[in-house]
Amino acid sequence: MRDVAVVGFAQRQMEEFDGSPTCVELLVPLFAECYEQTGWTRRDVGFWCSGSSDYLAGRSFSFVSAVDAIGVIPPVNESHVEMDLAWAMYEAWLKIQTGEVDTALVYAFGKASAGVLRRTLALQLEPYTMTPLWPDTVSLAGLQARAGLDAGLWDERAMAEVANRSLTDAEKNEYSVRKGGSSVEELLARPMYADPLRKHDCSPVTDGAAAIVLAAGDRAREVRDRPAWIGGVSHYIDPMSMGTRDLTRSPSTARAAAAVDLDGVELAELHAPFSHQELILRHELGLADDVRINPSGGALTSNPMFSAGGIRIGEAAQRIWSGEVSKAVAHATSGPALQQNLVCVLGSTTEGASN
Amino acid sequence: MTKQPAAVVGVGQTHHRAKREDVSMAGLCREAIDRALEDAGMTLDEIDAIVVGKAPDLFEGVMMPELFLAEALGAAGKPLLRVHTAGSVGGSTAIVASLLVQAGVHRKVLTVAYEKQSESNAMWALSVPLPFNMPVHAGAGGYFAPHVRSYIRRSNAPTHVGAIVAAKDRQNALRNPYAHLKNPDTTVESVLASQMLWDPIRYDETCPSSDGACALVIVSEDVAAASPNPAWIHGTVMRSEATTAAERDQVNPQASRDAAAALWKQAGITNPLEEIDAAEIYVPFSWFEPMWLESLGFAEENGGGWRLTESGGTAMDGVLPVNCSGGVLSSNPIGASGMLRFGEAALQVRGAAGEHQVDGARRALGHAYGGGSQFFAMWVVGAEKPSN
Repeated sequence: MRDVAVVGFAQRQMEEFDGSPTCVELLVPLFAECYEQTGWTRRDVGFWCSGSSDYLAGRSFSFVSAVDAIGVIPPVNESHVEMDLAWAMYEAWLKIQTGEVDTALVYAFGKASAGVLRRTLALQLEPYTMTPLWPDTVSLAGLQARAGLDAGLWDERAMAEVANRSLTDAEKNEYSVRKGGSSVEELLARPMYADPLRKHDCSPVTDGAAAIVLAAGDRAREVRDRPAWIGGVSHYIDPMSMGTRDLTRSPSTARAAAAVDLDGVELAELHAPFSHQELILRHELGLADDVRINPSGGALTSNPMFSAGGIRIGEAAQRIWSGEVSKAVAHATSGPALQQNLVCVLGSTTEGASN
Repeated sequence: MTKQPAAVVGVGQTHHRAKREDVSMAGLCREAIDRALEDAGMTLDEIDAIVVGKAPDLFEGVMMPELFLAEALGAAGKPLLRVHTAGSVGGSTAIVASLLVQAGVHRKVLTVAYEKQSESNAMWALSVPLPFNMPVHAGAGGYFAPHVRSYIRRSNAPTHVGAIVAAKDRQNALRNPYAHLKNPDTTVESVLASQMLWDPIRYDETCPSSDGACALVIVSEDVAAASPNPAWIHGTVMRSEATTAAERDQVNPQASRDAAAALWKQAGITNPLEEIDAAEIYVPFSWFEPMWLESLGFAEENGGGWRLTESGGTAMDGVLPVNCSGGVLSSNPIGASGMLRFGEAALQVRGAAGEHQVDGARRALGHAYGGGSQFFAMWVVGAEKPSN
């Protein structure tokens, strides 16, 4: 495998983006930030790949307008996944592995506030028997949380602890939509939103976009003294059906974790849009108690659809660049109740990332 | 590390129809998948990863349908990717699947692309009003008709060339058991007598709306050794250009020319007309055959394309047989149409195209485009292992 590193990252997250659902107005400045970080122009980018959803944008081919944000004259080597930024990055990583290109810029965007998100996401379900019932995202997550509570795998206090830590950490993140920790007791005294979930157990509806820059070998070393080398990236999917899988587990996360080396990980950025999902993920990843979880505040405080998973990779990479940690794991999820999961290990050295 | 060789060892497709009411979306995909696996002599259990492609989700009314399909497609417990790059998506999806092998990550990859247009209404899905965008209100034919008129004007093409393409592809479709349209009586005269829809595009010069799917099994060199007739991937390319720009040439887009140049270079081809034995080119409206022939470098610009078509050069027995399967003009399950082109090219070099086989085909082109002619995906497959 070629050594490939994350060398650039830019993000925007906000409660309500005052612009088009294709987010071109957000992408142009994001690309500018990536060029500034790398010293490149768009002609230095060998491959482009984006992630977005037509249903979120309320139109077909929503990514077509987004491509215009690149400035594609002359034409570019470009692809798109109807998935989160993390999977767009995976496609770019593959492209670099073939040796066809040495660099890539991947991006994703979504304006969740343009519709009623929990209702839009009901259209992701099995269309013949489930969608007609319109089970919304929050209710499905509520069922998942309840399953774990009833099984004695976690309690409401553990969920509140996740929320309190996330809200406290979010105070230092300029992009977090919801922030301000208090105490576990105070959070538990708040009213139920979708029993057993309180509002702070659910990620806020967030608009946003993000971009990640990848480079291989010396191209990465030219950009940064401490590139965040990708030690391994792996992803799996579980069946969707809520009735046939154990909602308190995430086998696809466990499988992805087994395919990479998590030994010595100091920090984890986990894409858990609901507090109890972080508990599931920590268990499936087998993270030690001293691993720092979601210093960014995580998806619980800001969850822009289709970029929030990739933002976890960017947040982890930034902490490698700065020297704060030497090895980190980032995770992204997609689909209802943690159906599909990706795990990416980052390290400060090419050996350290994969060992 | 360099690029690992990859080959197509299984090709499967559905019987394409206007409405496949006998199957669900999952059933439609499985029909293609099961045929591809049978062709490859493999079971679903052996597959390492699955790549799904389709055009806009609004075409069926399900957001990211691969999530609910995961289990039916055999993807549960495996990696699954979902590609969406407009009309070129079937081709792009095959390319992403081949990347998984070429990158050395997986050895046996299954890819499937589909469209079940009868679940929804494609015309509606493409007509959602957008702020600050000029409404077309004319479907794809209305969008492309000015490009065709421009080509005819530039190249001084006789107006019956489009009809030659339509009659040829409909006759070719009679040799393809999976084709949607089976119109044995279609001739150049009958095409010219059909209703004018978007001048100069007549009814018989347009593609149908189809339900259908296509699946490919793409494997590494060691796995391909067990196949009697692998189609080796000699080159893949994707290019995109701007949707709206004053300097855009929609008749012969730069992204198309750039893609072709990069593809021929990768595949070590210097004279495509001589070195390619069969081509499956994305032709949703008849006139795009001569237009793409020029853009791809098979013929001189501004007239070489229509002369090649008019001379019979693109017929089954011509110098460059184009769309022996009947092409998009005979079957158009949008998301799958590009993969059908890629898969039909593979069938040709495997000697497995049945009644529409080109004798002795050794190298073939699979081509797809999408959007308003700004997205391109292409590959070259060959009977021999690539030397580069």
